[in-house]
Amino acid sequence: MIKITLPLTEEAVKNLHAGDRVLLSGDIYTGRDAAHKRIVEAIRCGTTLPFPLQNSTVYYVGACPPKGDLATASCGPTTSFRMSPYAPTLIKNGQRGIIGKGSMSEEVRNALIEHTAVYFAAIGGAGGLYAQCVTDAEILAYEDLGTEAIRRFTVKDFPVVVAYDCHGKSVYE
Amino acid sequence: MREIPLSDLKQTLKQMIAKACTRVRPDALCALQNAKQSETSESAAFAMQVLLDNASLCEQKALPVCQDTGMAVFFFEIGQEVHFTGGDFEKTVNEAVAESYAENALRMSVLDPFTRINTKNNTPAVLHVRLVAGDRVKITFMPKGFGSENMTRLFMLMPADGIEGVKKAVITAIRDAGSKPCPPVFVGVGVGGTSELCLSLAKEALLRPIGTRNEREELNALEAELLQEINALPIGAQGFGGNTTALAVHIKAHPTHITALPVGVNIQCNCVRSSEEVL
Ligand code: SF4
Repeated sequence: MIKITLPLTEEAVKNLHAGDRVLLSGDIYTGRDAAHKRIVEAIRCGTTLPFPLQNSTVYYVGACPPKGDLATASCGPTTSFRMSPYAPTLIKNGQRGIIGKGSMSEEVRNALIEHTAVYFAAIGGAGGLYAQCVTDAEILAYEDLGTEAIRRFTVKDFPVVVAYDCHGKSVYE
Repeated sequence: MREIPLSDLKQTLKQMIAKACTRVRPDALCALQNAKQSETSESAAFAMQVLLDNASLCEQKALPVCQDTGMAVFFFEIGQEVHFTGGDFEKTVNEAVAESYAENALRMSVLDPFTRINTKNNTPAVLHVRLVAGDRVKITFMPKGFGSENMTRLFMLMPADGIEGVKKAVITAIRDAGSKPCPPVFVGVGVGGTSELCLSLAKEALLRPIGTRNEREELNALEAELLQEINALPIGAQGFGGNTTALAVHIKAHPTHITALPVGVNIQCNCVRSSEEVL
């Protein structure tokens, strides 16, 4: 088991290999379809981004509404493939890590190799456990998108598996 | 005539919803535990351990096991001697869904297919109602997530395709679904009927507890054979490889037309959720 403190560095990414089991701690940013569309638009127009992309890790998730004293309710991964058209643009602009589930496009795999970035698979179906790993949450932007708004999650020992590494290997093959 | 106030029905439904969304069905949990023991891939075994930890945590703390708390699907068997009083049956079911999803902080995932505008209360529910003999009401609730529901397949085979055709159809559906329905999956297969009945049978097959036998003796062998073939596919838990793509395959058969052999495949993801009550 590998323990990583975020933000990711180029060095840390190079040491990861498809199939590795990893516990992530630190800040990640949430976003899915609608939020990605806006981020790519913001990059294109040069307007303010909701969070600094440099070395960032983005989590594809649409959580349940918060309940009780938890920072967030169930928040397991959503299917990553839908973010394939957007991910390469974010990676070119500094994003270092993706968290989601299932395979992504060839373009994403190539961008990960070219820019030394990594794709982690979270475990689909473990939403409650992931909520327990989130110690703090804050809405950063696009509040109108509801569950799809961009949030900063501070996580502790968030369990993932390296799905695509920066060396071109995949856990799905 | 036995009178049942709809307010009683509503309370029961609300509890059933909260229960189903916050626990993995015990039979599925047991199957997952057993599968983990013999898992060959380290990444897959890790994923399965995370799922087991998630299930026990969620049951303890009454948290939704998955953030996709699904569309609300109900199966009602209503005794013909029952008279519901004090309102409108379908409206009561939908009120129970709206209230329980809001009160338990479950995700509202239902919207209009054209405008894509969310109904904001997870209604309408999907109702399957049968009138049966007696004065009881048997209710089954299943919150169906769509990572797996989107992988549903219907094959209108020719009679000449036979059992081999049925097997091929099931394997094709699972292979095409790959890692998308959050494996390890639980596979419901409907064989026979009309097209819509066939898919309904496939879903109902998922309600039979894992580890129990098919009421048709000859179908047990077919279920076991299909499970073995599916687990030889290079998918595995979460798509990480290994030998646990599915936990079980259940088949439900029904007479069909002389010219037909319908096969429906409904996939249930690893978080197998349903609750049952008799009034
Ligand atoms: S397919 Fe099942 S486990 Fe996966 S996200 Fe949907 S409801 Fe959850």
